[in-house]
Amino acid sequence: MNQATKPGRRTAAPPGARVVIDGAAKQALEIGRNRLFVIAAVFALGFTVISGRVVDVMALKGGAAPKSAAVAVEQPDRAAIRDRNGELLATSLGTASLFADATQVSDPATAARQLKGVLPELNEADVRTKLTSERRFIWIHRNLTPRQQYAVNRLGIPGLSFQREARRVYPQGAMAAHVVGFTDVDGKGIAGIERSFDGALAAGTAPIDLSLDMRVQHAVVDELTNAIKDFNAVGGVGVVLDVRSGEVLALASLPDFDPNHPGDVKPEDRFNRATLGVYEMGSTFKTFVIAGALDSGTATLKSGYDATNPIHIGRFTIEDYHAKRRWLSVPEIYIHSSNIGAAKMALDLGTPQFRAFLHSVGFNEPSPLEVPEVGKPMSPAQWRDINTMTIAFGHGMAVSPIQLASATAAMINGGILVQPTLIKRTNVEGAMGARVISRETSADMRKLMRLVVEQGTAKSADVPGYLVGGKTGTAEKTGVGGYKKKSLLSSFIGAFPMNDPRYLVLVMLDEPKGNKQSYGYATGGWVAAPAAGRIVRRIGPMLGVEPVDDTTPEMKKEMFVVVNPRAPTLASY
Amino acid sequence: MSPFARNNTSALGRWWWTVDRWTLAALAGLIAVGAMLTFAASPSVAHRIGLEPLYFVRRQLMYMPLAAAIMVGVSLLSVRDIRRLAAIVLLVGVLFMALSPIVGMEIKGAKRWIALGPLSLQPSEFVKPAFAVIAAWLFSSERLRAGIPGNTISIALFLLIVLLLVRQPDFGMIVVISVVWFTQFFLAGLPFLWVAAFGLLGAGGGIGAYIAFPHVASRIDRFLDPASGDTYQISTALQAFTSGGWFGRGPGEGIVKTIIPDAHSDFVFAVAGEEFGLFACLLIISLFAFVVLRGFTKLLKESDLFVLLATGGLLTQFGLQAFINMASTLSLMPTKGMTLPFISYGGSSLLALAFAMGMVLGFLRRRSATGGRA
Repeated sequence: MNQATKPGRRTAAPPGARVVIDGAAKQALEIGRNRLFVIAAVFALGFTVISGRVVDVMALKGGAAPKSAAVAVEQPDRAAIRDRNGELLATSLGTASLFADATQVSDPATAARQLKGVLPELNEADVRTKLTSERRFIWIHRNLTPRQQYAVNRLGIPGLSFQREARRVYPQGAMAAHVVGFTDVDGKGIAGIERSFDGALAAGTAPIDLSLDMRVQHAVVDELTNAIKDFNAVGGVGVVLDVRSGEVLALASLPDFDPNHPGDVKPEDRFNRATLGVYEMGSTFKTFVIAGALDSGTATLKSGYDATNPIHIGRFTIEDYHAKRRWLSVPEIYIHSSNIGAAKMALDLGTPQFRAFLHSVGFNEPSPLEVPEVGKPMSPAQWRDINTMTIAFGHGMAVSPIQLASATAAMINGGILVQPTLIKRTNVEGAMGARVISRETSADMRKLMRLVVEQGTAKSADVPGYLVGGKTGTAEKTGVGGYKKKSLLSSFIGAFPMNDPRYLVLVMLDEPKGNKQSYGYATGGWVAAPAAGRIVRRIGPMLGVEPVDDTTPEMKKEMFVVVNPRAPTLASY
Repeated sequence: MSPFARNNTSALGRWWWTVDRWTLAALAGLIAVGAMLTFAASPSVAHRIGLEPLYFVRRQLMYMPLAAAIMVGVSLLSVRDIRRLAAIVLLVGVLFMALSPIVGMEIKGAKRWIALGPLSLQPSEFVKPAFAVIAAWLFSSERLRAGIPGNTISIALFLLIVLLLVRQPDFGMIVVISVVWFTQFFLAGLPFLWVAAFGLLGAGGGIGAYIAFPHVASRIDRFLDPASGDTYQISTALQAFTSGGWFGRGPGEGIVKTIIPDAHSDFVFAVAGEEFGLFACLLIISLFAFVVLRGFTKLLKESDLFVLLATGGLLTQFGLQAFINMASTLSLMPTKGMTLPFISYGGSSLLALAFAMGMVLGFLRRRSATGGRA
């Protein structure tokens, strides 16, 4: 310690010695100062590098990417699907999914117990197994809510991390599930609009607005559900179509499913009866025989056919369900749904002509509707006269309900086939297809359809003020060994207001059973028409259709039809 | 404004007028930032290891007045007294280091700590600055006084300390002490041939450590190739910085901080980044840079070789430790168990730093004003 104090005592050193020391000290100091400069420069550089790195990592986000084990590729959120009024049907929510780097979890048992505490739906034993697995990446729980994420973070368990994910959410649940469809866990559309517009939705640029009106959809699903329950049917279809624009305002197929839980969906519930199912429709097909015959001139509203006796052809017998056993005028054939009359009319029209007419309304190919689930219609390979006769009353050809709806719309909208669509349509003219019948024939068809509701099989579809018109159908489903008397497909297809139709309504019940209210009947007029009437009653005001007073002379004149020209008195209107 | 009148000749009065108040202010700023960040970073760590949330905060706040007192107290001393104090601290420190395998407590696999009543101290933390001062004295003696083998004694002392540190083992400390000692040797006029030779020796030591000690090797491997092993701490730290962005998530709003294992000590800079943002990080870097570079600037006018070497060494130690901590938090270099001076939690390191910076403040006082020296 003695010597340690020496330099501090320089003032006390002898003058001679001091000169020498001062000389050496000066030189040493000079070197020290110069080298100090180097060290200072190194530090300045070092702190500059640190500052640069901080800016890089925090402002330019440069650092994290290459170091992270699982780097998610940033992709835009899948676009939303909305109804025509902007109601949200499908949207993507950013969520955090919890994963673990099991090698980092020091105490798996405690960690599993703590996780169970904040995420009660977890299985603690399961989580413990995962956390002891020594795997670098293992999912613990997908799609946490922000609150759950906060709670997990609060546990402060090392080794747990979150990956941002987007979860597809369907706020309306099952309501429009068959149209909207759903995505798989990786966000890829695998059914419905989600699938057919997968690319556009994944691009995330703009939401897709459907033609559906959820208010109408709700009314349709509601009434259809009631009808299925009342008549103990296995399923049903409900469609509301704008006959001018081709926009589908409602499309329901029951049973349906909740697209929020696609894993729990039974395959049979995913079957879209409205678009994918093809059915022999029964009497609703008579609309096309009559329209085809009227338009080609082989029949007029005043002509008729003898329906006294059943037709025997080969091993078939064509009979009338509501048999009148007399000559029937064309309007009578339609109102009473005479199979004999329709068959004869179709033969008069001619097999090639009838076939061409059915093709012209779209029955030779699947519906162009924008969902992947569209059924291919079935028609006879060899189209003979017998086929013409049975198809005239809706047997021997199978089409999907949406095809029937769009073809029927062309019969009453003035004669133009409009492509049906599930997408909100801005350019209606562009969707206009070919003219399939004349304006006059279409006017006649409106009158005939109104007549069916007024006096025929579909009286229960009538709604005062909405001038509902339509046609019922009851088909026997085919089974092993031919048609089954007790397995019916009962339907009503109609529109309103019939003086200037705006909306078409289709209701179809699959295997309904008669009940007390229907006196045991399960035909279209008893089970489908009332439901259609209730739908019209609900959606008419909603869609702004102004009620019509059908008692005014002008309206009576417009809808006037001579039902039986051979009868001594005029028919009532 | 000033607490002391110009003509106040009391010890504190003279101190106030001669101390470098800019450096003092920067150090006070760092201590304040440290207190704030202890609040931000330590509760989640305390929660995780089952202590009450403010456990670390309370302890750190207990050390702070003590640290301030040590810093001011040491800076009041004259150059000669500082050197004497350093010699005593070095002697006691080395003694404890030598004894620590017997009396020390083991924390995280290394025996570095000595319990002193409520305080647990790490002797090597105090040896580090004390050795810098004594090495400076030995180097300057070699240059200024014939017959004193300062360099040789210094080398011997250095090797002894390194030996003791290898035994603990504490490689972060070895790196810092070696670099500081070598810097001082360099400042003292070590010929360039020797500079090169020592450089090679240092590199050889590094490679030797890599070969001989698996945990050193694994840290370096992981830095060079993040995929080769566990980079959990460092990738979480980077995540915290990224999460903070320009302005931070706000005090107490950090998310990533809760899962950084050593958020309150080695990775406190990441917590600062996440909660207070880019500008706070730049402020902290600036404070460190300011203290180091201002000290160096003042040393350029220093006429006492011992003071130049000692202060240069202490400032190098201070700046180097800050640099290594921040650089490894930012994944610019392999992780070292190194605290961020004055900011990381840790009573022992805080007191040792107060001792070191107290000496720096003492050395940097304007001595002409004291009338004591030319």
